[in-house]
Amino acid sequence: MSRKYRSPVMDRRSFVKIVTSALGSLMAAVVGLPVIQYFISPAFGKEAGDDWISLGTLEDYPFNTPTLFNFTLTKINGWERSSQSYGVFVLREEGKEVVVFSDVCTHLSCRVNWNPEKEGYFCPCHAALFDKHGNVLSGPPPRPMDRYETKLDGGQLFIHLREG
Amino acid sequence: MAQNVFSWLDERLGLKAIYDTVLDRKVPKVNWWFTLGSASLFLGALQGITGILLSVYYVPTPDHAYDSITYIMTGVQFGWLIRGLHHWGSSLLILTAFIHMLRVFFYGAYKYPREFTWITGVALLISALGMGFTGYLLPWNQRSYWATTVGTEIAGTVPGIGDFILRVLRGGTDLSAVTLSRFFSLHIWIIPVIALATVLTHLYMVIRLGISNIPDKDS
Repeated sequence: MSRKYRSPVMDRRSFVKIVTSALGSLMAAVVGLPVIQYFISPAFGKEAGDDWISLGTLEDYPFNTPTLFNFTLTKINGWERSSQSYGVFVLREEGKEVVVFSDVCTHLSCRVNWNPEKEGYFCPCHAALFDKHGNVLSGPPPRPMDRYETKLDGGQLFIHLREG
Repeated sequence: MAQNVFSWLDERLGLKAIYDTVLDRKVPKVNWWFTLGSASLFLGALQGITGILLSVYYVPTPDHAYDSITYIMTGVQFGWLIRGLHHWGSSLLILTAFIHMLRVFFYGAYKYPREFTWITGVALLISALGMGFTGYLLPWNQRSYWATTVGTEIAGTVPGIGDFILRVLRGGTDLSAVTLSRFFSLHIWIIPVIALATVLTHLYMVIRLGISNIPDKDS
């Protein structure tokens, strides 16, 4: 190579180095960035569930004993249609408005059971105990049990299920 | 004949040199606590082999995961043995790795020039715990389902980005088929590949730097 073609800015070696690393980084980014999106995209979007669910006739629920009502909803996760089961506790008390609790423990989302001897909701995962009105009696939960917004329509009890 | 084949290969591959460097290297006078690294390596290899064997029958979908494992346990001859080794081997590996770390810690073997060996060891402990966490979901029974619910909820308690982590781990808001297949992918490809590379680095440094003495009264 004759001297007059030599660049004043860089020699051939540094030029090749820079071009190689620039092309390499570009190729890595072209593959790498979509891969991040590929991994996390199922986590977002869709299903802002907003529904009123009927729990049947209010009169059918006994007074003073929390009563479990189970229902399932069809959900789509990825390619799979599956039925997601829900449990709610209906508490009716004389002269008070009916209260409906979610059976999902506020600690780490296990399901609580009504324990008549302890007069409370018990979570089998980490031994949390809530009283009849959902307040924490003992164990790790950070807040009382979650309640649903309710409405009555022609003697039927409805809860407002919102997700997403 | 065998001798001839060996010399022919040795001349080309340098087998004797590899043997001398890897297995015949000089070590200080040590005790039985120094065997736990090799024990962990052996158990890790055993997990790899039994894991590959389990993948012959296991299917990572909600419809078939549990049934395919029931089939391994009751239908396939010696399926119980392969799965049993994988199941108990995982707990034992955590145990040997942890005691191995205690030995390194109490003998001060993590000090200069072996700090990076220690760091790769910590990465391996985390990999092993990650393998345990992802593997626990795969049977898709009640225990798996609720343990993963709780485990991912714990990740969700991180301030600020907790919900993001939870959703990325689960592949959505719920534990679902998406969660099972991504845990499977992590369990059989992503974490093992990272762990294998880390094991090789760890071993390379053990061989390069040698192992340290048991500290005496002066040190």
